[in-house]
Formats: sequence, structure tokens, C-alpha cells
Amino acid sequence: MTTWLILFIPLISAVLITFVTRRQKDLSSYISIGAVVFCFILSIDPILNLLKHPHMEPIQQSFSWINIPGLHVEMGTLLDPLSILMLFVVTFVGSLIHIYSRGYMHGDPGFSRFFACLSLFIFSMFGIVLSNNFIQIFIFWELVGLSSYLLIGYYFEKPSASDASKKAFLVNRIGDFGFILGIFVLFQATGTFNFIEINHILEKGGIPDSTLYLAALLIFCGAVGKSAQFPLHVWLPDAMEGPTPVSALIHAATMVAAGVYLLARTALLYHLSPDAMEVVAYIGGFTALLAAVIAVAQNDIKRVVAYSTLSSLGYMVMAMGVGGMTAGMFYLTTHAFFKALLFLAAGSVIHAFHTQNIWEMGSAFKKVKTTGATFILGSLAMAGVFPFSGFWSKDEILTATFTSHHYFLFAIGILVAFISAFFMTRLVFVTFFGNERYHGHPHESPPVMTVPLIILAVFAVLSGFAGLPWFEPNFGTYIAGPSHGGHGEHGFNFFVAGLSTVVVLAGIALGYIIYCRELTKDPLEGNVLYKLAHNKFYFDEFYDNFIVAKIYNGIATICNFAEVNIIIHLFVNGFAYLTRESGKILRLTTTGKLQHYTLIMVAGVVALFLLFGAL
Amino acid sequence: MIPLSHYLLLSLALFSIGVAGVLLRRSIIIVLMSLELIFNSINLSLVAFAHFLQSMTGRVFVVFTITVAAAEVAVGLAILVAVYRRRKTVYVEELNEMKH
Repeated sequence: MTTWLILFIPLISAVLITFVTRRQKDLSSYISIGAVVFCFILSIDPILNLLKHPHMEPIQQSFSWINIPGLHVEMGTLLDPLSILMLFVVTFVGSLIHIYSRGYMHGDPGFSRFFACLSLFIFSMFGIVLSNNFIQIFIFWELVGLSSYLLIGYYFEKPSASDASKKAFLVNRIGDFGFILGIFVLFQATGTFNFIEINHILEKGGIPDSTLYLAALLIFCGAVGKSAQFPLHVWLPDAMEGPTPVSALIHAATMVAAGVYLLARTALLYHLSPDAMEVVAYIGGFTALLAAVIAVAQNDIKRVVAYSTLSSLGYMVMAMGVGGMTAGMFYLTTHAFFKALLFLAAGSVIHAFHTQNIWEMGSAFKKVKTTGATFILGSLAMAGVFPFSGFWSKDEILTATFTSHHYFLFAIGILVAFISAFFMTRLVFVTFFGNERYHGHPHESPPVMTVPLIILAVFAVLSGFAGLPWFEPNFGTYIAGPSHGGHGEHGFNFFVAGLSTVVVLAGIALGYIIYCRELTKDPLEGNVLYKLAHNKFYFDEFYDNFIVAKIYNGIATICNFAEVNIIIHLFVNGFAYLTRESGKILRLTTTGKLQHYTLIMVAGVVALFLLFGAL
Repeated sequence: MIPLSHYLLLSLALFSIGVAGVLLRRSIIIVLMSLELIFNSINLSLVAFAHFLQSMTGRVFVVFTITVAAAEVAVGLAILVAVYRRRKTVYVEELNEMKH
């Protein structure tokens, strides 16, 4: 019962705000905040229950939705350690971001619409997290896509924002197409959509490897779209056109992590198909490296953080690919805290400086102390400095890569750690230290914004200790339950931890040397690699000139032809012509002569009389 | 005693003359007068029936219609006078503003 309540409260809030309290802005925001906070309170009980019983059995509640011979679809909820963890992340980070939004969006004309969309998003996200079958997860998968579309295009009067929202939606559709095909392949092989039943059938075996491989790859398509992996990574940086709290909630902490969650949900499938896992691992590793390099050469504070998110998502997917399900989920959790923190702090900086360009800030720390301090803590966590949360979770991923003998991916992971430390250092020094380059009088944000920052900062610093390898039970004990595949835990490897610490410190040192001085523009500008990275390796141009120009425009030409000729000429103009011509004939009867009308009337009466008289 | 059919034939004759007047005459005054003729032919048939069926309803009904007709004529003539003042004509074929 509680799970259904958790699922539907945000929907009720969204409907209520849209149809009833739209005019009352304050009330709307309180309804939305209240809904998500109430869900957080409701989800405390399952969390405590999980902490008491580490190896809990999954709890399912479902009813039959579509039941015809050969097809049985349910609607249901599933509570297991994985979904409880995600529930905690979504409700907790979501609550803080909702509260923060009240300050950030203050005075915006679309205030109520913003909170209605946020509630809709929370509802959809709960739907994904709590689903117990593939059809339901797909429906909510699309719903988060919709709410993401609505929120990226929140400033729809800005062409760049509406373009970005369309881009995000369409690029996601490509991945989702593969996802639903994968669901069908898996359904054909197993005859059910239910996660637990599928796992039972997979454990029994007997399904051909090629089918498993195909299903795993197709389902991975969905994750590639939603978690913005190469080659569908192009939508996420553009999604930063949305308001900053949206970037923090949807495009950093929760929705984009849904792809990783999906991989964890179907871990057994990947476990049985090692070839598919290799693909997953290399796509993840490549995305992590690509995004990290691009992040070095961006000048927009939100874009740097966005590319770092891409890089982190690549890291998580790589962890999933090498069998480190626990490591990936651990990174997802800590990442949700420190990345939400980074985005919210970035939003607070933008709020203060009214610009997103880091070269127009500089020396910001003096003006926005709380924001600055929390941002630096978040950066340290992101860079993976001991003992911040990022260190422990990154270390688990690296250990998983190392112990599964993926040495090439391990090297990429180390390289990404180095670059991440470097660009986070660059971001911090250029934005918060050095010489003053801003105009006007920046001021610190109100407490409604800084308090969530402080709470998130605490979690960004400390949440890593949940996964300390030396203590039992730790994070892995809960997540790597008996029903999941994957390698489980990896322990602590001093070689890996030492190496990652050294490269992270080296990255910070390099960043310090290059950027901790008086600067007006990036000293690396002019470098060929910098140019390439600054232009995101021309992926957008490539897609525009080849895929969009050739295929998309081809389809557009056909649609345009059909629209102009069939719909406009045949239907619209055809009906108008018909009406006009019949009107021309009919108006001959209106002569304006009184006696004509009277004659017709008398004739009518006589005709009626004859007709009924004859009967 | 005069049989019912005589009354009804008279009523029919009056009705037909009225309809012909409405349809054929040019002056709107004559048209209005023809309308009155139609009206009264109906009244005539109503009282004739009432008399032969020994029913009060028909007589009462006729009194009502005469009253209403008087009011209608007053309004109709008023409109006619207004139209004449504006148009300086009482010929129906010239009052054809509702064409097309």
C-alpha cells in the first residue's frame, strides 16, 4: 500500500497544481515540495527495514492489467534493495532540489508550471524505480522522457531551449526504440515481462546465447539513450538549457542514472552474455574519456559540470560492463549527492553573477562564501580525493575493472580520473579564485537555497563511508543480494587506491599550475586538441550534416509532400471548395422577394397536406 | 337551417382569395389586408364547427384569436408606416434587401 501511495502522491500533486492552484504560486510550490517530502518520509520505513534485514526477499504487489491469451501484462510495484536505494536517492535529492527551486525560481512567471512538471517527473521516476515488469518500466521510461522534455523546454520562448528539448526527446527515442525491441526479444524467449520471473527462467538456462546477446544489446540501447552514452551523448549537454535545479535533479542525479539502474535491474541477463558486457564496458569507458576531454575545454559553468556528468555516467556504465554492479550503484548514489550539489551550487553562482561564462566570474569565493565552500567540497568529491565520497566509489569501480582483468579499461579509468581532477580544479580556480572579471554586485543566495547545498555537501563528503570495504555490513552487502548476478564485492586494493590518489593529486597540481594565476582567457586556447575538445569533437556538426541533412530531411520532404498535397489540398481546400460551391447554388433560392418565400411556404403546406391526406 | 358545408365553403373561398392576395398583390397594404382575410376565414370555420359540435372551446378560441389579431395588425401597420417613411414605397418587390 505504501508503495502505491509513494507512486501516486506526486501525480496527484502535478494534477492539482495544473488544474486547481495554478494561479496561487506559493501554494503550488508548497504542494509540490510537500508531496516529495511526504514521499521521502514514507520511504524511510522500507529503508529502515532493509537496514535491519540485509538479505530481504523482494516484495511484489501487482494486479493484472492486460490479460489475453499469450499476453499477460501487470501493473505492479517491486521493493528490493536496488529499488529501495533508488527510492532513497530520488526522494532525498528530489526533496532538497524542490526546496532549492523555491528560491532559485522565485519571481519566474511560470513558477507553478515548473513545480507541476517537477512533480510529474518525480512520479515518472518513481514509476521506473518501483516497476516490477518491463512494460511498466517502458511506459514510465517514456514519461520521464516527456517530463525531461517539458523541463528542458521550460523557457520555450528561447529558440535554443526549445531546440534542446526536441533534441533530447528525439535522441532518446532512438535509444528507446532499441529498448522496446529488446523487451520483445526477451518476451519471446521467456514468455513474461516480470523481472523476477525472467530471472528465474534465465537461471534455469536453455535460452540460446545469440538471443541473450541480442536482447542484452537492444536493452542496452535504452540505457545508451537515457544515460547519454556515446553515440547518443549529444543531448545531455544541450539539456542544460533548462533551469539549473532541473539539470541537477534530472540531468545529473536521477533520470540519467535510470540507464545505469536498468543495467543493474537486468544484471543477470548481462552476466549470462559476456560478449554484450564487453560492449557495455567499452562504450562506457569511451564515453567517460570523451566527455572528460571535452569538459576541459568548456567555458560555461553548467556545461563543464554537464560533461563531467557524462563522464561519470560512462564510468558507471563501464562498471556495469565489467561486472561491478555494486560498484556502479555505489558510484550512482554518491554521484547523485555530489553532482546535485555541484549543479545547485553552480545555479547559486549563476543566480549571483547572472552569467554562466566562467571567464566573466573570477574571485567569486569572496562574494559567495557558502556556495563557494560547498562547490569546492563537491569538486573534491567529484575529483575523487581521499576521503571524500567520490574516492571510495571511484575506487570500487577501478578495482572492479582491475580485478576482472580489463587492463585497457583500467588505464582509461585512471586517465579519466586524472582529467576529471584537472578540469574540476580548472573550474574551481577560474570561477572562485584568481582575478576579478565580473561586473555588478554579486550577492549570496537566500537560505532556502544554501541550506540544501549544505545538506548535500555533508552527504557528498560522508556518503562514501557507507561503502568502506573493511566493515560488514557495508553498501555492497545490501545491494549485491543473492538474486543478482555480478561479481559482488572486490575488497580494497592498495595498488589501485594508491595509483588513483597519485593521478588525482597530479591532476589537481597541473590544474593549479595552469589556472591559479591572473587570467583573462584560457591559456590552453590555440592548442589543436583544445579546439577539438572545445567544439565537442564536432559530433553535433557530424550529426547535423550527415544524419539530419540526409536522412531526416529526406523523411521531411516526403512528409511535406504528403501534407501539402493530401492534407492541405485535398482535405482542407477540398472541403472549403465543396462548401463554397454548394453555397453558390443554394443562394439562388434567396431572392429577397417576399412573395417568393410565401409561395414556397404555401406550396410546402399544400405538399404536406397532400402527403398526409394521401396516407 | 344552413348546413355546415356552406360555412366551410365560404371559409375556403375567403381563404383562397386571401392567399391569392398575399401572393399576387404588389402593395404591402393589400397583402396585409389579405392576411386579415385568411385570418377571418379560419375564425369563421372555427365558430361554424363550434356551433355544430355544441362546444364552447371553439368560440372562446375565436375571441382570443380576434384579440391577438388586433394586436398583430397594430404592430404590422406600425412597421409598415416605418418602412414607408424610410423607403418611400409600399411595393413588396422593391423591399428586397434580404437578397443573397
